[in-house]
Amino acid sequence: MGRLLRQHEFYVAVILVGFSLLVGLVNPAFFSLWNLFALLKSSAVIGIFSLGLLLVLISGEIDISFPAIGVVALYLTNLFFSGIDYEGTVLLPFLMAAGIGVLLGSINAFVIARFQLPTLIVSLGTLSAFQGFILTFVDTRIINRLSDPMIDYSRSKALSFGGEGGPVYSIHTSVLVFLLLAVVTWILLRYTTLGRGVYALGGDRQATRRAGFRIWKIETFIYLYVGFLAGIAGLIHSAHVRSGNPFDLVGTELNVLAAVVLGGARIGGGRGTVLGTVLGVLLITVMNNSLILLGIPSYWQRFVTGMVLIVAVVLPQVRHLRSPQPA
Amino acid sequence: MPPPQFLELDDIHKRFAGVHALRGVDLSIREGEVHCLAGENGSGKSTLIKVIAGVHPPEEGRVRIGGSDLDPVTPLESIRRGVQVIYQDFSLFPNLSVAENLALNNEVEQGRRIVRWSRIRATAREALARIRRELPLHRPVGELPVADRQLVAIARALLHDARLVIMDEPTTALTQREVENLFTVIENLRAEGIAILFVSHKLREVLRISERLTILRNGSKVAEGPTTDFDERSITEAMTGRSVRDEKFHYTAGPGPRPPVLEVEGLGRPPAYRGVSFRVDPGEIVGITGLLGSGRTELALGLFGLLPAREGSVRLDGQPLRIRSVEEALAAGIAYVPEDRLTEGLFLEQSIHRNIIASILPELAGRFGFLDFARARREVEEWIRDFGIATPNAEVPAQSLSGGNQQRVLLARWLARTPRVLVLNGPTVGVDVGSKEAIHQRLRALAAEGMAVLLLSDDLPEVVSNCNRVLLLREGRLAAEFDESVTEETLNAHFAETAGTAGV
Repeated sequence: MGRLLRQHEFYVAVILVGFSLLVGLVNPAFFSLWNLFALLKSSAVIGIFSLGLLLVLISGEIDISFPAIGVVALYLTNLFFSGIDYEGTVLLPFLMAAGIGVLLGSINAFVIARFQLPTLIVSLGTLSAFQGFILTFVDTRIINRLSDPMIDYSRSKALSFGGEGGPVYSIHTSVLVFLLLAVVTWILLRYTTLGRGVYALGGDRQATRRAGFRIWKIETFIYLYVGFLAGIAGLIHSAHVRSGNPFDLVGTELNVLAAVVLGGARIGGGRGTVLGTVLGVLLITVMNNSLILLGIPSYWQRFVTGMVLIVAVVLPQVRHLRSPQPA
Repeated sequence: MPPPQFLELDDIHKRFAGVHALRGVDLSIREGEVHCLAGENGSGKSTLIKVIAGVHPPEEGRVRIGGSDLDPVTPLESIRRGVQVIYQDFSLFPNLSVAENLALNNEVEQGRRIVRWSRIRATAREALARIRRELPLHRPVGELPVADRQLVAIARALLHDARLVIMDEPTTALTQREVENLFTVIENLRAEGIAILFVSHKLREVLRISERLTILRNGSKVAEGPTTDFDERSITEAMTGRSVRDEKFHYTAGPGPRPPVLEVEGLGRPPAYRGVSFRVDPGEIVGITGLLGSGRTELALGLFGLLPAREGSVRLDGQPLRIRSVEEALAAGIAYVPEDRLTEGLFLEQSIHRNIIASILPELAGRFGFLDFARARREVEEWIRDFGIATPNAEVPAQSLSGGNQQRVLLARWLARTPRVLVLNGPTVGVDVGSKEAIHQRLRALAAEGMAVLLLSDDLPEVVSNCNRVLLLREGRLAAEFDESVTEETLNAHFAETAGTAGV
């Protein structure tokens, strides 16, 4: 029990449940299965982005270019597959989006690892450059007609029950994809030497080098992985909104950062878990979607998210400052 | 028959960009020998360690480890032969558990890709068993005290079948009792036939722990032999190359009655300290000593307004003074040189120039608040000259200086304000003998000019030879006061008593 109380995840879970109860009290519609499943679905995109950002934060850096990677991936992929009236499996578009993500991630990786620059600054540049590339060299129009496999995906369910006269409840495939990627990331971080290297890097760079890790390898992997996840998240987003909009997603980095930090990842590196991040994602999603249920105007969202982010970084710091410092 | 030689260095030369860092150094260490490498900062100790560790191949000379030439001269080869270096910063991961810190290097070295936590814990237990210590395996290393972190670093080194462990300034951040623990560990290792090369400029430790001793000065070996052939004076003279003046500081009260500079009455900030009263007359150097946790540092921070006292009163030159903030302390003329110059004192990445003028910016500001750069430059150059700070110019960052020179920069900064009261906390911790002496001389000169100096230190020889009065703090209260006839033995006896009453 004492150990549980020291876990950051425990507190996030408590806040999540507490906040949900509050919303449910004001508006019982919150606890309808339909609403809960809708929340899960809308958490998938932020969630997949978050897994990538988690790795970056653990390694001691901050990346904000991933939404732009998502936009490039979703726009080029949809442009191509709509253009050829693609009819085959949806796996191919996903493969292409992930591939584009990895490619753009490799640009980040190269600049960051080769020139040993802080990710925040590099990604400020690439965020703008990636999105600008689409707007300047490809197109600025919204793709309104997605290919059939993408439309099918947008209607797909991982699990459904009910029916036979009653309403049908279903969990969207995207939730499953998020869950799967979360498990993969968890195994990666916990059970591979590479994953432990990410933690080591965030703990002490010099010591990581002395331990025999190749830092550029760890960093390259991180940004390729971030690109991979961002490509998938971008494509899923386009399926959810059933359009390919080159102006979408950029701006969600604040939400994603808030989710990961709420989940206990430390700005400055070395700390963060997949479980915490998933809980943080759920919390941010519930907050963003429930303000309306509480009767709070939706334009409050940005303000609330900003405040939550500040509280989320201040609270652990307060605990850190209060704890006795070892001599 | 003595055990065989494990390490033999023969006529080692090393140059860096024209600097002759090592000039024909010999060094040999037998298996299971505790050998001490002493020398001032910049004498070539670090370079020599790096030669042994295979980081710097020497231009001339032979490195023999374990009976054959080190070939190729690489860190990996050196590690294979059983050489392990424990760096001053320990090279640990504060965010990872003790177990993982112990095992991670091994995992990487063996090229493992998958982590099995049962194996990690087993490796960690084995490592701790080697030094016969227990540490909480799941605790993050960052939460451990420095001494325990050091044990983690040592235990980790032993996992690599170490036969020679090199410890770079291992006692700098340790308390007296932690040093004892470390020495026990070193004794245990020696009993297992593991050789230790102990790099230090703390003479008393050198004399206690080592069997043999090598002293470097300016890249050359100037002395070598069994430790029993040396005493503190002969080591110091070999390190500095000059005979050390070992004069005791004498305070002579000026003519006529002069009011005390500083009067402290019933000062307290429970539970750290309470009821502390003392006075410092102009020209006095008053020492305050006490074990860790005696309230020594808190008292100093109280006088400087960082942790304001909650009880009692302070008078400066007879005037009552309330110190509620650093600004008030500075305005009143109290300067404080902190214990840990690296984190509390210096702007490490900033130039010497900026570090020195940091405390006198308001004075340097002319009308409209613009800085008088010409004057600032003159001031800084004066301080560099007066203090003999060894630097090519005032623009190099403070972190590029040796520890002793950094401490001089810090002193210069506070003295530039010409304070009435100078409070120093451990002013020569981690400082080499030459700088130490320079700092002590400077303090005496300042006292002679009428400044009141409060010297807080647990370096007993330093306190005894530089203070005309010594106050002993124990558990936050003044336990005893001594005049200038005090000796180390007396103080030690009182410390022993303290330890007894504290039930340790």
